[in-house]
Amino acid sequence: MMDARTQLLSPTHWRWYESLLWVGVFALPALLPSHSLIINEIAIVALFAVSLDLVLGYTGIVTLGHAAFLGAGAYSAALFAKFMHPDPLLGLLVGILAATLLGALCSVTILRGSDLTRLMVTLGVALLLLELANKLDWLTGGSDGLQGVVIGPLLGRFEFDLYGQTAAWYSLSVLLLLLGLARRWVHSPWGATLMAVRDNPLRAAAIGISVTSRLAVVYTLAAAVAGAAGALLAQTTGFASLDVFALERSADAVLMLVIGGVGWLYGGVLGAVVFKLMHDIISNITPQYWTFWMGLFLVMLMLVGRERLSPAHWLKKAKGEQA
Amino acid sequence: MTPTVLEARGLVKRFGGIIATDHVDLSLKLGARHALIGPNGAGKTTLINLLTGVLSPTEGRVELLGQNISHLPSHARVARGLVRTFQINQLFASMTPLQTLAMVVSQQRGLGGHWWRPLGHSTSVITRCEELLTLFRLTEVMHQNTAALPYGKRRLLEMAIALACEPKVLLLDEPVAGVPAGEREELLQTVAALPTDVSVLLIEHDMDLVFEFADRITVLVNGAVLTEGSPEVIANDPHVKAVYLGHGEEVLA
Repeated sequence: MMDARTQLLSPTHWRWYESLLWVGVFALPALLPSHSLIINEIAIVALFAVSLDLVLGYTGIVTLGHAAFLGAGAYSAALFAKFMHPDPLLGLLVGILAATLLGALCSVTILRGSDLTRLMVTLGVALLLLELANKLDWLTGGSDGLQGVVIGPLLGRFEFDLYGQTAAWYSLSVLLLLLGLARRWVHSPWGATLMAVRDNPLRAAAIGISVTSRLAVVYTLAAAVAGAAGALLAQTTGFASLDVFALERSADAVLMLVIGGVGWLYGGVLGAVVFKLMHDIISNITPQYWTFWMGLFLVMLMLVGRERLSPAHWLKKAKGEQA
Repeated sequence: MTPTVLEARGLVKRFGGIIATDHVDLSLKLGARHALIGPNGAGKTTLINLLTGVLSPTEGRVELLGQNISHLPSHARVARGLVRTFQINQLFASMTPLQTLAMVVSQQRGLGGHWWRPLGHSTSVITRCEELLTLFRLTEVMHQNTAALPYGKRRLLEMAIALACEPKVLLLDEPVAGVPAGEREELLQTVAALPTDVSVLLIEHDMDLVFEFADRITVLVNGAVLTEGSPEVIANDPHVKAVYLGHGEEVLA
């Protein structure tokens, strides 16, 4: 039997196949330059899904308003680029900072109540922000979106090109960096206490964990990560529009987590890849009906179960029956 | 004279018109093996919830080591050494016993807010986990998912979690409730083997366990303390007998 320490440390190790995977991923924009835009988009929604996983998967906070922070990051980064400074990294920091502040503020609203309460409150906050961005059209451009955002070269050297190669590498780097950071968080003692709060808040309090402070901190951190995704989105597309606050954004991220698996950081990434590729491929075949196929897939996934849809499961089962 | 570690003074809890806890005074000495008994609906669980801060009292106060803790939330009381177990297991279903204990021990040692080093980095935390796993006979199942453990093992983990919080005062809420006969002995032994410097308040229906374990017994009836005394005194008290034989009304009237 494995000893206690090895077992506890094993999920934190960086595996060789992970390095291989990431090398492959970073090679993609060079190998398939014409697909750089979709790679960039996937990296951004993957980051957004990972941030949602921190609250939904790891801490059990049910939310349908996570787009609030994506939007805060996107608009603040776009405004910063337009009126203050075009540097992308500074803008990224501003986006993260704005979303962090908003997250800290909003964390007060999710400390109490049931799942349904949280669902409604988070949804409400995102709707409020959507309408705010719409009404403050002198600043945000209202329903036309914030246009004319020009982003300077990355690190003063790499211009954002039309194919989106630089954008893809930029977003992938930020995704990798924040994924690595989130991995530290969830495997730390602090991360373990989050899971305790998710599994059983009553007992978590009975072993000395302050449940409200855990909820507030993780919500704020996840908002920061979502803000980074928002900033990347605004910077790499060169504009911010109201749809960043939309319910679809939040709902899509929940779908991605459900597809890829909650409470597992790569689940958000995997879900984002599957979701976006399905969107891309199906809407190429039947532009009007892609949501039909997506819906069918989701119903199958939930009723049949993720494990049973994967070939690995059937292989294992066949082996088990032989033995 | 042995110092008092936990004291309840004039505790009252009303739910609307119902009085669930009726001016309860209770004092627990250092190293005590104190049992709280009473028929169903006597208010034992409400009293535990008042002591641990899950409920706040309508009147009265709770003191731990001479300090008033009535205003403190549950988690702050735990940090000061007041820890409980639950009548119905309250575990962390998605974690293994090892992960659970590593998390609790880390939290107890003030590492609960650390987010950079991995869980399992600290050697002293691991050592303590291994001690607890051995003490509660969980070593063999330490890598299994908690949700898949047999009931008796889950009951043991319930207590191991509480002891991992390094309690000064431990409130055991019916530790052997629902445990099948085959797994009972193992549990009774671990209860008997609890460290002597931990003061224990045992809430229990099982009279064999109560009289074997306790050096002092408090009887709760209808939310109020009926009587308190040594096991011999309680065993021979006609009022207590009446309550347990179901003639409470006549004798009390």
